Amino acid sequence: MAGLVYFSSASGNTARFVARLGGAALRIPVSPKEEMPDITAPYVLICPTFADGEGRGAVPKQVIRFLNDPARRALIRGVIGGGNRNFGATYGLAADVIARKCAVPMLTKFELAGTDTDLARIRDGLTAFWGTPCSTATTA
Amino acid sequence: MKDELARTAVPRAINWNRLQDEKDLEVWNRLTVNFWLPEKVPLSNDVQSWASLRPEEQQLTIRVFTGLTLLDTIQNALGAPALMADAVTPHEEAVLSNIAFMEAVHARSYSSIFSTLCSTREVDEAFRWSEENPHLQAKARAVLNTYAPGADPLKRKIASVFLESFLFYSGFYLPMYWSSRAKLTNTADLIRLIIRDEAVHGYYIGYKFQRGLERETSERRAELKDYAFGLLFELYDIEAKYTEELYDGLGLSEEVKSFLHYNANKALQNLGFEALFPAEACAVNPAILAALSPDSENHDFFSGSGSSYVIGRAVATEDEDWDF
Repeated sequence: MAGLVYFSSASGNTARFVARLGGAALRIPVSPKEEMPDITAPYVLICPTFADGEGRGAVPKQVIRFLNDPARRALIRGVIGGGNRNFGATYGLAADVIARKCAVPMLTKFELAGTDTDLARIRDGLTAFWGTPCSTATTA
Repeated sequence: MKDELARTAVPRAINWNRLQDEKDLEVWNRLTVNFWLPEKVPLSNDVQSWASLRPEEQQLTIRVFTGLTLLDTIQNALGAPALMADAVTPHEEAVLSNIAFMEAVHARSYSSIFSTLCSTREVDEAFRWSEENPHLQAKARAVLNTYAPGADPLKRKIASVFLESFLFYSGFYLPMYWSSRAKLTNTADLIRLIIRDEAVHGYYIGYKFQRGLERETSERRAELKDYAFGLLFELYDIEAKYTEELYDGLGLSEEVKSFLHYNANKALQNLGFEALFPAEACAVNPAILAALSPDSENHDFFSGSGSSYVIGRAVATEDEDWDF
């Protein structure tokens, strides 16, 4: 079964987006003390960006911890980035960094908690993505 | 009892190694790393471009920048200090002191643009205009009312997020518009630094609002939400008139309003609320969106608009954190 995994900080923008997207999704915990979700199936990762002006620190530490595990990393198939265009060149940068590190497609980006238009296009996009056999054939 | 009183009266030194809210340190780090001064932007490279603008375009630009200066002045002198009084943690106070100072840097930056590009007479005229323009004054007063001593701390945060994430954008539109036409590109670089800062400010104050809201009763939460949407309507009404007065001459008012709707929705999201304006009202000119985030990876695998997903651009990845 194809799944969704996401990270959302205490501000909750990505969590609100995922809740409105509907369907099952596993959350990477904010606190390093909490346990990582158990990943058993291919998934798309939804991740916000926290970069400074130079792009440093774009990927949240907890997401790096999550992806450092080879078994979890082997099942990532794509990444969707949350962000804010107001951060200019670093808009949604975490998704670009993860896509490159894991050699999976950066599927798309959305701002803050997303708009209705974002929800519709990302639902459609995910359906089409999982329906395309070749796009899940490569792993890191 | 006496001991308890004595203890609360002890002035406390801030200990950054004992955080009540991790977000304070995260935002402090981001803001301090992003620190900048207008001197780092080569504004004088825009002198020729400035001369290519028509007189009415120059006047509009100066007026827009005095309007932005007013908002930054308010946020520096009154807004952020008012929020400091409501701070829940000492670290929040420290972050707000950074926000206050950066607003002063922003306000100062517009004067750097003026001294580089414009005549003293034109600038003095625009500052007079900013004091006399009823719409600009109305929006300033609407926000100032919520900052008054004794005002509701959460309502202050609502107004502050609207200032940071919504009210600036009738002004920010213009340098993005010029930039999309390859004009005043260095000025646009400076404005993008301001936009980046305001995005962190709106995010952080909105986050603190959400934490405060969690501690309120459901009646009070409903009241605050009504207040937020009511204030947004009031401010939007003023902004629409301000926009028409400024931009009708260039035929851009409707396009600017789309940008206002888009930013109003983002301001509401910073407060944790749902969007207000429907998608069709938020269709911002793609050239303006591109001017906001130039050089970001904007291709979209879902819509097939990107040539491939191989990312060639070098980005900082902090390799020491990654095991692979």
